[in-house]
Amino acid sequence: MTPSRQAFMAVVGKDLRIELRTMRSLPAMVLFAVTTFIIFRFGLDRTALSGSLASGVVWTTLLFAAVLGINRIFLAEREEGGFDAFRLAPVDRAVLFAAKAAVLFLYLAVLELIVIPVFAVFFLQEWSGLLPLIVILMATNLGFAALGTLISSMAVNSRARDLLVPLLLLPLVVPLMIAATSATAPLLDVGGPSYDKFGTWLLVLGLYDGIFCLVGYAVFDFLLED
Amino acid sequence: MSDGSENAIRLSGLGRDYGDRPALTGVDLELPADASLAVLGPNGSGKSTLLRILATLLRPSRGEVSVLGTELPKDAWKLRGRIGYLGHQPMLYEDLSGRENLEFQARMYGIPAAEAKARIDADLEVVGMGRRAGDRVSDYSAGMKQRIAICRAVLHRPRLLLLDEPDSNLDPEGREAARSLIGHPCDLGWESDGPVTRVVVSHDPQGARAEADQVLELRIGAAA
Repeated sequence: MTPSRQAFMAVVGKDLRIELRTMRSLPAMVLFAVTTFIIFRFGLDRTALSGSLASGVVWTTLLFAAVLGINRIFLAEREEGGFDAFRLAPVDRAVLFAAKAAVLFLYLAVLELIVIPVFAVFFLQEWSGLLPLIVILMATNLGFAALGTLISSMAVNSRARDLLVPLLLLPLVVPLMIAATSATAPLLDVGGPSYDKFGTWLLVLGLYDGIFCLVGYAVFDFLLED
Repeated sequence: MSDGSENAIRLSGLGRDYGDRPALTGVDLELPADASLAVLGPNGSGKSTLLRILATLLRPSRGEVSVLGTELPKDAWKLRGRIGYLGHQPMLYEDLSGRENLEFQARMYGIPAAEAKARIDADLEVVGMGRRAGDRVSDYSAGMKQRIAICRAVLHRPRLLLLDEPDSNLDPEGREAARSLIGHPCDLGWESDGPVTRVVVSHDPQGARAEADQVLELRIGAAA
């Protein structure tokens, strides 16, 4: 068997190279998020947001932007025969799950690196909550990445995959969104960040991440079968 | 060819259904190591299905399958890395170059970098793609993709070659060039860690029979 680390790096490197070359996923995610912020800006007719409303706007936007990336994460594998090539290779199949989740995590991190400052410029008067927000963003990204990879691998063989991904993903992501928005709201309060139940929500996010990483690792092998 | 004491492939009562429709029924076969088998038959007779079962990409619905001493589908994981499969799809990433595709394949098969580079360079020259290897696959013609796909199928020097119409899209020059990579096991220009066995699906009965040690003819849903 090929060492898992080598295969993991090969898949991640290949996916990032293709994305850098084609720009098929990230620009669409960024454009979607920025456009949504603009719509919120004028739709809500507010120049400043704080607390739970700010948190809701951030996470609603990031969730739907993430769906765009999740829809495409296995597309090259499906359309260009990558699944068969991977199934023939002497590689632990969980490596593909881990590599795809890592790529999705990176996409989300880059997305947030670009759009969270845009959100702050549009809506925030107090920026000091952005630093602790990074912890919440990373913990939530891990959950998105694990669940998104799992759902995408299930839906990719269906002709209705564009419909299936949100249909399967959105109900399952509700606990993650509750934890993320609840942890974010106090960080974006007008008077500066407060850390009320921050640790508790972070623990919930960690548990969610752990569960879906383990579920993905356990079932991915079966999802690749014919 | 070997004396036949060791079978690379042994099939007994092999069948595969797609839903209620039988695609393959009652296939029996014993193929010695380092032999070449031609699989012939009309469209829909299950040739590609048979190849995908041997490649561990499909599970059989019934019957016994043993490939390189491994029982399928139970121990399919043991075969990974020992099969060179060339299907209808070239299994190449369109937005990578031909060379990048082969380098990716080499990393997935754990081939050391220096050895991989030497093999890739040599194989690309054999199939006449040395100069265009840096271009994106999306810019290739179907024949050029097939040449790179042939390099991909043999890069890890497999013990079993499963070739589904390998000549498709190749011009006569390309067919000739590919012989040392995917021709009869006796003619191969590379070495594996044991005897190489070859199974070729073909729509050219004359050509296939000429270079095969055994022929398996499939009818719609059954072996002849």
